[in-house]
Amino acid sequence: MTASDARTEPASLDARRAELRRALAGVLPAACLLCEAEQTTPFECDGLSAFRQVPLAVALPETEAQVREVLRVCHALYVPVVARGAGTGLSGGAMPSADGLVLSLAKLNRILDIDPLACIARVEPGVRNLAVSEAAAPYGLYYAPDPSSQIACSIGGNVAENSGGVHCLKYGLTVHNVLGVRGYTIDGEEIVLGGAALDTPGLDLLALAIGSEGLLMVVTEVTLKLIPRPKVAQVVMASFDDVVKAGDAVAAIIAAGIIPAGLEMMDRKATQAVEPFVRAGYDLDAEAILLAESDGTAEEVADEIAEIEHVLKAAGSTQCIVSQSEAERLRFWSGRKNAFPAAGRISPDYYCMDGTIPRKHLGRMLRAIEEMEKKHALRCMNVFHAGDGNLHPLILFDAHREGEWARADAFGAGILELCVALGGTITGEHGVGIEKIGSMCVQFVPAERDAFFAIKRAFDPAGLLNPGKAIPTLHRCAEYGRMHVHGGQLPFADLPRF
Amino acid sequence: MDASLARLRERIVAANAAQAPLRLRGGGSKDFYGETLIGDVVDTREHAGIVAYEPSELVITVRGGTPLAEIEDALAQHGQCLPFEPPAFGGGATIGGAIATGLSGPRRAYAGAARDFVLGAHLVDAQGELLRFGGQVMKNVAGFDVSRLLCGSLGVLGLITQVSLKVLPRPREEITLRFDAGIADALAMFHRWRAQPLPITATAWHDSAATVRLSGSSSALRAARATLGGTPMNDADAQAWWLALRQQTYEFFRDGDKPLWRLSLPATAPIDISGGDLIEWSGALRWLRSDAPAAEIRATASRLGGTAMLWRGARTASMFHPLSPIQLELHKRLKRQFDPHGIFNRGRLSAKF
Repeated sequence: MTASDARTEPASLDARRAELRRALAGVLPAACLLCEAEQTTPFECDGLSAFRQVPLAVALPETEAQVREVLRVCHALYVPVVARGAGTGLSGGAMPSADGLVLSLAKLNRILDIDPLACIARVEPGVRNLAVSEAAAPYGLYYAPDPSSQIACSIGGNVAENSGGVHCLKYGLTVHNVLGVRGYTIDGEEIVLGGAALDTPGLDLLALAIGSEGLLMVVTEVTLKLIPRPKVAQVVMASFDDVVKAGDAVAAIIAAGIIPAGLEMMDRKATQAVEPFVRAGYDLDAEAILLAESDGTAEEVADEIAEIEHVLKAAGSTQCIVSQSEAERLRFWSGRKNAFPAAGRISPDYYCMDGTIPRKHLGRMLRAIEEMEKKHALRCMNVFHAGDGNLHPLILFDAHREGEWARADAFGAGILELCVALGGTITGEHGVGIEKIGSMCVQFVPAERDAFFAIKRAFDPAGLLNPGKAIPTLHRCAEYGRMHVHGGQLPFADLPRF
Repeated sequence: MDASLARLRERIVAANAAQAPLRLRGGGSKDFYGETLIGDVVDTREHAGIVAYEPSELVITVRGGTPLAEIEDALAQHGQCLPFEPPAFGGGATIGGAIATGLSGPRRAYAGAARDFVLGAHLVDAQGELLRFGGQVMKNVAGFDVSRLLCGSLGVLGLITQVSLKVLPRPREEITLRFDAGIADALAMFHRWRAQPLPITATAWHDSAATVRLSGSSSALRAARATLGGTPMNDADAQAWWLALRQQTYEFFRDGDKPLWRLSLPATAPIDISGGDLIEWSGALRWLRSDAPAAEIRATASRLGGTAMLWRGARTASMFHPLSPIQLELHKRLKRQFDPHGIFNRGRLSAKF
């Protein structure tokens, strides 16, 4: 799946590379510019290795001024720019362009300021997500969004993808926890959006920038909201003999007026994959388990845990275990947090999906996935951010076996189409990138995609920032339609469209 | 498609063809909010009603012309609420107006702003096309976040005909505590408390008294009260007091001859000219009655890392703090892309577009 098009003939690429190299030599130290294939190949993909492309060159600026100059050079030479954080993204959003530059922000990795009084952190984009909470810990504060990759992923990447995590229902996504960004447009103009004050005049361009997948601007500084670390956290682990019952239990908790700090679900295939690996103590006979976390003061947590237990039992839970120590709480979570590596342990490859649906359709979705397993002759294990209705089915396959990737791809597209048909979305937190560009055609009609392009043109008229990602062209959708829509019929034509 | 939406679209298509400006209006409770009102009124209230509400999904979907009061009643029946406490400023306020202005009440600094609870929106653009962004789910990163962009857009990109909002359970219990405190002491208290895990959901300072609201379970409130001290207000008085602050029927907002300025500053900004006569949001929102020159007030706000809005009173300057040149350029380009003939709420967000 190497991206290529007519513009990217080897000879013309070599000439472009030489031209770019000459121009960037004037603005970057030699060690900050990589042009040889053995240097640029490590940047050919992000966390989604199925999509690869070696870039023309890689720039690793060390200062904000260098970022600005690199952008100016690329703008003048009409060279596409793909910004890159830690490269842990799961949708190929940081996959390079063959005729473009990868702009790595990894060296901009300083925490500029932690203000414990204002509960604010100012950081450069290359700072790791977890490093912010570690730096804020001495003040009893932390940064709430916690994607599974938080030990490695960068704040800049989190901003680009509007990353989530397991505590979103109560504490929100990146967009709810970023107060402001500073950065540059493609022509090297400095732009400040939001800031330490809560309201800023004009349109909410900050909301537009967060989750824009590197299509609108390059961020060089981020102002983050820090919140007080709750005094206590406890988790209930509940077993169910039926996945639909587990789904209903999730709705029952919400209906009881409880917003758990985390509310996660794993099906039997997932618990069986992770248990031998992490020994979290999961009930392997259960069809599904739920993890429901409460945090706050000791009194608050004691009350809420009792209430959650009560609701779960009433919803038919066959076993409820409450963590009795911090070590036990972390052990219960370890299985969930290690679901992806566990999938990698039982299968040569896995393909992680990221759709979101209204919670009430969880049971229906799980049954449909079972059918798809038979249809595509592939296994799928399911882990969900159940509280948010955000699904991460992990389709297991072997890329070295003829046709298996194509089947996994079709399986994934089928899940995403059903997400849209059920009133949900093709991506809850991983982004569209290059991976779900076709599925965007299912979720948005041409006029809506035109509106996205209109926004893109307002920020980046030349279309140089991360071209070909996130928003599909008409042409691209026509191609997707030929592949996936048969006889002019959308899949699941019986379902209402929202 | 229902008839009311079809009529609104026809109206827009015709206005666009004639390049005739339209003034989008719900209940008119926020007519004061914005630079200028230009164009024939499009009354959005005809397109009203709750489209879907399932309490266990924590989502309500409503048409733009739905009265705010109707939505809050429906939510209250299921023990839920709009956490950002949108101000109505009058009985007729609609949800479309609340989202288009993007204004939030006392709980904003603790629970989030209107934009934080927008999950999806429908927009009719200048060509009369109905565009759907976001959705009814908690997490959705497909495409640019246009639904949040529309929140606070004052209708300049098009007509918001429907929104889906995240809702939350109403707090189980609330108590309000009063403290005798000067402005400096009050701010110091607010900042100290904010860095601790306390269930604070509103703070205000005015006239030598700090007022703090706590929301949550009874056990959490008991524990917090022991930490904070203060004198509790009786429940009815407290509710009325916060409502008056949110709706600005509180005497401070009604009385006074001098222009009323709304300063959005970093919560820890020092106290000087911008010290404020009334403070909310732990210090991040400061109301100032002053007849000092607008340029002076704005320069101070900018220096402190914030902005100043001329909220009420004689318009000696623009209402909104000026945009930076690059921001203004991006605004103009977005406006041209969505509304090339400038028919929607021309001049309302800025005299420049």
